[in-house]
Amino acid sequence: MRLLDQPLDFARLPGEVAAYGADTDGDGMLAFAKAVKDSGGRFVALWGADQREDAAGYAVHVAFGLAEGLALLTLPLAADAPRYPDLEPLYPAANRPQRATRDLLGIVATGGDPRPWLRHNNWPADFYPLRRDCDASRTFPPQPEDYAFVRVEGEGVHEIPVGPIHAGIIEPGHFRFSIVGEKVLRLEQRLGWTHKGVEKRFEQMTLSDGCRLAGRISGDSTVAYAWAYCLAAESLCATAVPARARWLRALLLERERVANHLGDLGYLGNDAALSFGLSQFMRLKEDWLRTQAQLFGHRALMDCVCPGGVAIDLTAQGAAALVEQCSAIEREVRLLKHIYDEHAGLQDRFLTTGRLAPALAAELSVAGLAGRASSQTWDLRLQNPVSPYAELEVQMASHRAGDVAARVTLRFEELFESLRLINEIVARLPEGALCAPLGAPGRALGLGWIEGWRGDVLVALQVDGDGVIRRCHAHDPSWNIWPALEHAVMGNIVPDFPLINKSFNLSYSGVDL
Amino acid sequence: MYQILKQIVRTGIRSEAPPATDPELRSIAQQLEAAMLRTLGRALVIRQIDAGSCNGCELEIHMLSNPYYNLEALGIKFAASPKHADMLLITGPVTKNMETALLRAYDCTPAPKLVVAVGDCGAGCGVFGKSYASCGGVAEVIPVDLVVPGCPPTPRALLQGILTAISGV
Ligand code: SF4
Repeated sequence: MRLLDQPLDFARLPGEVAAYGADTDGDGMLAFAKAVKDSGGRFVALWGADQREDAAGYAVHVAFGLAEGLALLTLPLAADAPRYPDLEPLYPAANRPQRATRDLLGIVATGGDPRPWLRHNNWPADFYPLRRDCDASRTFPPQPEDYAFVRVEGEGVHEIPVGPIHAGIIEPGHFRFSIVGEKVLRLEQRLGWTHKGVEKRFEQMTLSDGCRLAGRISGDSTVAYAWAYCLAAESLCATAVPARARWLRALLLERERVANHLGDLGYLGNDAALSFGLSQFMRLKEDWLRTQAQLFGHRALMDCVCPGGVAIDLTAQGAAALVEQCSAIEREVRLLKHIYDEHAGLQDRFLTTGRLAPALAAELSVAGLAGRASSQTWDLRLQNPVSPYAELEVQMASHRAGDVAARVTLRFEELFESLRLINEIVARLPEGALCAPLGAPGRALGLGWIEGWRGDVLVALQVDGDGVIRRCHAHDPSWNIWPALEHAVMGNIVPDFPLINKSFNLSYSGVDL
Repeated sequence: MYQILKQIVRTGIRSEAPPATDPELRSIAQQLEAAMLRTLGRALVIRQIDAGSCNGCELEIHMLSNPYYNLEALGIKFAASPKHADMLLITGPVTKNMETALLRAYDCTPAPKLVVAVGDCGAGCGVFGKSYASCGGVAEVIPVDLVVPGCPPTPRALLQGILTAISGV
């Protein structure tokens, strides 16, 4: 089939995700990328693979988001000179994935940013861990790194380096601010500190072991990752997941969304000096997590989604408890929303702060929660739903302002919508089996794509004939949103950075892998 | 303001009694003297360091400050600088990229430099293992006083670990 009338022959990829794959070359990829951009589509992800065992050199995969679903281009690359054209001029968001791909595989985007991304000089420049013949157990002594930050020149300009260890209890990263007085002229991020070799770790794991690892790529999104991973595995094995399991997965995903929004709303109040908000929301979040521990055996819902279905169930008594908790939480959050809305000090800090304009959000391919707060109305639960979302009619919230206030309001609205969805799921939960055995895996590429609380999580999975994972790439929505944060802080004052950063609340571990 | 006060009164006090300490959690014998333990027990300052976790452990550490566990009421608080800390609470398998930063923070921390390794990753038995990118546990890099296993450990387990680290033998 043709997508966007481009001369590429797309084949529907197996599985539940509406995904279409085509092989092409560099020029074909650039032409298609441009057509996607002109049609209002977005860049989703880019990653590489070593296929030399099949005498097929290397490959780079580029995924785009379209109204029809996911378009996945595969560019076969020569084993001796694996190069492809730089996508950054069309899609600035391609910068970091391209650099990560070079660090891990030695596949180069011709003319692209030459600086390393995940490699911090703690392993040699010619050590490419994701090459299949690379011995990843080798270790090297750490070396100091002199990273080429972009300098801002001018009178009165100075730099503030922050991190990798931050002042609060948050993940490590380095932020380089160029400021004049209190005003931020430029922010440059240097991430990669939590790179723990996740993608290499997947190789040699079986499909079922891999699920546990996928659920720990970003601890706040364990359901989204595990579900995306399982979709990929199930599409490889042509496994039909029982209806009850599919509905329970959605229940867990919406609960994960609520848990994160409760925490964020508390911290957003706190970062604007309303510690009352933190105590109240964290109390509600604790209640929420305790219910999860009680009903599903894990506070954060880790390992509840498993290949073929779910590892949990819901009794009639448990269902009643969930419904009751939803109405209790809704009552309390409505009251707290009223307090937030009426609090002049809070609104003064939220409004117009950290603005990401809609046009810029589109240019940077920002999706997810941050995107919807800046008019980027992408939500897989509506546009490319996997079961049971097609039957749930999710109401999408979106805003134009793109400031902290918009991201706060969006969280409130999505929280209420998730509570509604939980009630509906519980009411309509089908009876039946919880898990189906995985069939024999095929050699194709399996895909999973799930709208987590932060945005869309994509998992691409390939196995060898013996059922061992050959390649697994998991793509966090934060890849595209981090660069947007660099823009959103420009012109703001330094003390507002923590508030702006929290309003995005991006994953470090998810992009460092 | 009226709404806020009303909500505070309505919420009431939710704090629960802290868990009992458990000497079994210790990796090494208590090295602090009784006099110091008495002082620390009333005012412990912790610097938390994420040395490459998945963020799951951090989320539970955050929960220690909620009204149920009410860490501050026990005289325990988190500091921004390791120079102000009595204890380092470390998560993650210690990535190669964080190894140098962790060592520097450890060097800056004044005595008694208590080190609590958090989670299966910190304990050295986590999902990420040991590789070119991961040291495979906190004890591979700096001496550890006490380990709180779990993936992630519950806030109650974390609290128990922290209190045990500053309890008598
Ligand atoms: S112990 Fe578990 S929750 Fe903690 S960092 Fe490791 S994987 Fe994440």
